[in-house]
Amino acid sequence: MLVISNLNTSFAALADPTRRAILARLALGEATVNELAQPFEMTQPAISQHLRVLEEAGLITQRVDGARRPRRLATAGIDAMDQWLAMLRKALERNYNRLDQVLAAMESNGRSRTKKIQERKTR
Amino acid sequence: MNKLTLKTEGDTHIVITRHFDAPPEAVYRAHTDARLVQQWVLGPEGWTMPVCINDPRPGGRIRYEWKHPSKGGFYLTGEFVELKPYSKIVHVERMHLPDPTPDNHVETRFEPEGTGTLMTMRMTLPDAQTRAAMLATGMERGMEASYVRLESMIGDFTASRAS
Repeated sequence: MLVISNLNTSFAALADPTRRAILARLALGEATVNELAQPFEMTQPAISQHLRVLEEAGLITQRVDGARRPRRLATAGIDAMDQWLAMLRKALERNYNRLDQVLAAMESNGRSRTKKIQERKTR
Repeated sequence: MNKLTLKTEGDTHIVITRHFDAPPEAVYRAHTDARLVQQWVLGPEGWTMPVCINDPRPGGRIRYEWKHPSKGGFYLTGEFVELKPYSKIVHVERMHLPDPTPDNHVETRFEPEGTGTLMTMRMTLPDAQTRAAMLATGMERGMEASYVRLESMIGDFTASRAS
């Protein structure tokens, strides 16, 4: 259950385009609040708020480097989401693989029906 | 060739595509004929659909009930909005868990691709929060309405990590 509630927070954190952009930026390497604020034309407090949400969601971490607090991606949090999505994708794939079978059965039923009709006609 | 694609679009859409080795008429029927729907819209192993009501005309009702021997059950209700045989189905659906989830507006298109069919399913959720919540809940049931590829949500992140 704990894992699920973390995932809930993670996905909710991703609902915001700025936070997605921050993650995409951090995928290139760690960055400080100032570095992150630059491309977004946002104030530092606004960016800090987004970073807090991402941190609480387990998607990023910060380390102390003198006066700097660079942020980086939290691999564990990202991997948990990745695995969850892979599972969901698998469930959907199962449905469509089953549909493939249903379609194949429809086709062979249709063929045998057509064949019977043709046989009747030739009789 | 039958590869599934899942991606998010904007803040509220989810788009799924899949190729089928059958003509659009057959794929359309498998989505609208209750006896056929009942055979494949089941999600993970162990789930069955004892109730499958599907009245494919504008305003027609949809009700799917799923059961699992140990995990209980839940159901989905919906209404058809528009049907264009054999190329387009528009419907609205919600899950009852047991409280209803916000409406998911779904447009499913079937177009010929080679000797088969390309299905494109475009879901529209009321807002970004709903889509995010849907990604994190209810999905273990399989056919529930939200799937996504992580890389599409955060750009080239996965690609840059893999390199």
